[in-house]
Amino acid sequence: MFSRMAPRGRSGLGRSLAELGLLLLAILVLLDGTVLSLVAAISSESDTHEAKPVTHKNTSKKSFPVLGIKYDDVSVPFEIALWVLLASLMKLGFHLIPRLSNVVPESCLLISVGLLVGGILKLARDEVPPVLSDRIFFLCLLPPIILDAGYFLPIRPFVENIGTILMFAVVGTLWNAFFVGGLIYAVCQIAQDQYSDIDLSTIGILPCLLFGSIISAVDPVAVLAVFEEIHINELLHILVFGESLLNDAVTVVLYHLFEEFMDSGSVSAVDAILGLVSFLVVALGGVLVGAFYGILAAFTSRFTSHTRVIEPLFVFLYSYMAYLSAEVFHLSGIMSLIACGAVMRPYVEANISHKSHTTIKYFLKMWSSVSETLIFIFLGVATVEGEHHWDWIFLTSTVILCLVARIIGVVGLTFIINKFRIVKLTTKDQFIIAYGGLRGAIAFSLGFILHSEHKRIFLTAIITIIFFTVFVQGMTIKPLVELLAVKKKNEAKRSINEEIHTRFLDHLLTGIEDICGHYGHHHWKNKLNRFNKKYVKKILIAGDRSKEPHLIAFYHKLEMKNAIQMVESGGGSKLNSSFPSTVSMQNIQPKIQSPPSARPSERVLPQLTKGREEEIRQILRTNLQKTRQRLQSYNRHTLVVDPDEEGFDDLFLKKRRRMELDWKLKQMTNYLSVPRPQGSPTMSRARIASDSQAYVKPGAENVPTIQIDLASPQSPDSVRLLDEVVQDQGLTMSLPSSSRGAYKTSGKDDGRDQQTLLRCLSDPGPDPDDDDDEDYDDDEPVPT
Amino acid sequence: MGALTSTPAPIEHADLSEKTGFSHRQIMVLHKRFKHLSDGDDVLRREDFLGIPSLKYNPIRKEIIEAFFNRRNFSPSRQGRANEIGFEEFLVVLSYFRPPCSKMTDEQRKNIRREKLKFIFNMHDADGDGLITLEDYKHVVEELLSRSGALGKETSRAIADAAMFEVARTVGHTDRDEFYEGITFEHFLKLLSNFDIESRMNIRFLKSNMIPGCTVG
Repeated sequence: MFSRMAPRGRSGLGRSLAELGLLLLAILVLLDGTVLSLVAAISSESDTHEAKPVTHKNTSKKSFPVLGIKYDDVSVPFEIALWVLLASLMKLGFHLIPRLSNVVPESCLLISVGLLVGGILKLARDEVPPVLSDRIFFLCLLPPIILDAGYFLPIRPFVENIGTILMFAVVGTLWNAFFVGGLIYAVCQIAQDQYSDIDLSTIGILPCLLFGSIISAVDPVAVLAVFEEIHINELLHILVFGESLLNDAVTVVLYHLFEEFMDSGSVSAVDAILGLVSFLVVALGGVLVGAFYGILAAFTSRFTSHTRVIEPLFVFLYSYMAYLSAEVFHLSGIMSLIACGAVMRPYVEANISHKSHTTIKYFLKMWSSVSETLIFIFLGVATVEGEHHWDWIFLTSTVILCLVARIIGVVGLTFIINKFRIVKLTTKDQFIIAYGGLRGAIAFSLGFILHSEHKRIFLTAIITIIFFTVFVQGMTIKPLVELLAVKKKNEAKRSINEEIHTRFLDHLLTGIEDICGHYGHHHWKNKLNRFNKKYVKKILIAGDRSKEPHLIAFYHKLEMKNAIQMVESGGGSKLNSSFPSTVSMQNIQPKIQSPPSARPSERVLPQLTKGREEEIRQILRTNLQKTRQRLQSYNRHTLVVDPDEEGFDDLFLKKRRRMELDWKLKQMTNYLSVPRPQGSPTMSRARIASDSQAYVKPGAENVPTIQIDLASPQSPDSVRLLDEVVQDQGLTMSLPSSSRGAYKTSGKDDGRDQQTLLRCLSDPGPDPDDDDDEDYDDDEPVPT
Repeated sequence: MGALTSTPAPIEHADLSEKTGFSHRQIMVLHKRFKHLSDGDDVLRREDFLGIPSLKYNPIRKEIIEAFFNRRNFSPSRQGRANEIGFEEFLVVLSYFRPPCSKMTDEQRKNIRREKLKFIFNMHDADGDGLITLEDYKHVVEELLSRSGALGKETSRAIADAAMFEVARTVGHTDRDEFYEGITFEHFLKLLSNFDIESRMNIRFLKSNMIPGCTVG
């Protein structure tokens, strides 16, 4: 149902060869690793042998070593590089096998590969490298993923649902922790397993609670990995994902709290209250630290206009510093990272160049992707390593309790939350939220650094839970989503109408709130926006860009995207995008409501001359009585005589038009509707970014050229003549080549095509303040 | 200022509650607000709205105020504009912003959607002829960008153009002649078909646990 069949046949054969090749390569890499480690062992011996002759240099002269092996010096980076290479090759391999990656989520495959690799390594070496040390995990592997998530966090849905998310993150996690911890303690006391070599009842309540707090947290890495593939609707995605990010604070506090209690041995009421306070400190402190670094980064980026190359570096460094600083004070590093990314993004993006923006985006994606792959592989490897303590009672009860706790927690919280929400969460939503509570590597790492005497059994249980959630829940969530017909992500492009109406609604709702005298969240949001605009943007954004409103930025982005798309789609003359941003439709209107002064409809774009005429003719023919009157007005450039008069001199007209066009081009007046906004970052990005593909030089007459006109046609390059006539290909711009007969009376269909074409194209009405009107004055002779 | 008129009798409240779907408590609160805005009068005029301080930062305040006086919003059949409105009309206009009930049939949801979109359509359609022309739309965009100075005027033209172009694409090239005049309500519906207005266009009238009754009509 959800797998698409790979095309069989030659391409299938080719692909399977590629798969085989890739697998072979991967295996070679693996063997390399093992071989080299063996070589390392050998070489270390030979090195010592080498050392000895040196001391007896004067006695015996050794021949110059041409080829030697010195593995120790590079062993660590070598192995790291090898692991990363392996991870990337695996990722590559999975995507070459679409059937597999459709059924099994990537995370499962990676864990399996990790298991495999771990097994191989264990057999080959008989000692397993301590691969997933918690330091590597927390300091190197986790930050890129979180930064990627935080930087690209969709702010609007996140903030709109912040209440729900916080409820789930804080209250839900607390509930999970205490429920699981408490009940597992009860189970341990009750259970009397003769086969188990450890007496479960020795596990105290505090270790159980500690254990509960470790496995109660939903893991962002796992959630990201699985949810990315199921394309669920935005609301559910942000709910589960937001919860997984924000519950880090709770996890950190609980973990440290219970650890402290375990060490000190007793709990007092004061300690509990202090714990509560520390939770607030951890959460808010993390956010503040992140925001602080975010503002620093934004401020720094204001001055980077001369050193564009290192702009991405600032983003990464400040974010990493935010994370580390938070970790220093035992604050929540994840929340700090999220806050940093979210705070700095709007300002940094307004300041940096387009290329830096792309760089940041791709680096983040790359690092986070590699990190995620590595984490899962290491998870598999670490499973193989070390003795596990299989206690069936403990394990099964843990799994069951986790599930039950999650379900009860979600259902109970939703019941309360729905009282305050406008868009209620349905049962389907609740199910997905509950089912999407995956545990992952964070839980494992936290378990890894436990100092408890029952570490082994806890670790086994944690691994079991992780495997269960990732494999069972991860694999089945996709078919379940299909089965339950949960709303999927809306893949449609955001249209400009929707954007306009989003803004419109914002203002409308704020206004209504003001009228009702009700200080709702629109009111405060508006206040915040105004404050932002007035003060903060001026400080943090360089130059004039601080004034660019969101709508305009969105619009320019859209334009640019369309233009690039158009070029990339083979440069065909088919314009299927919002091309006519460069032209306005105002003079189409006079068909019905003919304005008393016919001036608005007079302006004709040079390249529309011929087509425009055709259209005008059609209009004229249908409104006969207005013809004479119209003629005077359409007189501007081209129609000097009544077009109904046959026997017109084609050549004269052609020549005249050509002359006008040349004149127009020389003038380069701002006849298109949008002047370049001063320093608009999006548009300046467009210019800088254009790899001169967007601007096609005009070739010979018969070479079809495309005109791409971004909304700011300042550079003369942006205007080209279209030489190709296109018929019946949807909305196109056409300027017939001069080889075509100028005024053959086009048939109705032709005219209609032109009409279709030009229905949405027009030239801008004359701006009343615009001086350009002078140029189109009838009296002015066209200079030759 | 004189004595304030007494609050409407509970019977009227019940009527209004039925018609607009607000709860009694909400109606009482809104009635107090109405009195406050109208300075104790029985009717509201346009000038009364101008007295609201925070409204003056709003770029589309004119349209919002107009919407309260637009008879088409009171009931679908009426036309034209009023110069003063009573409490009932005030409530009717505000009822467009009621949050939807949790359980709605698809039919009800579609109706609510239609109503809310019709409200917005009426706001755009300044002259009330049932069509949004390019001028109207351009005006809307200009207002939205009016805080950005001269920058807005030219760009807003381009943005309005792009928006109209999208309309053409969405609607298809079938209704050629209609497009000349402007966007009809049906086009508008189609245009915003992806826009979940029924969950966005809502105000919480009271922070109470009174969920407004599900009177959809």
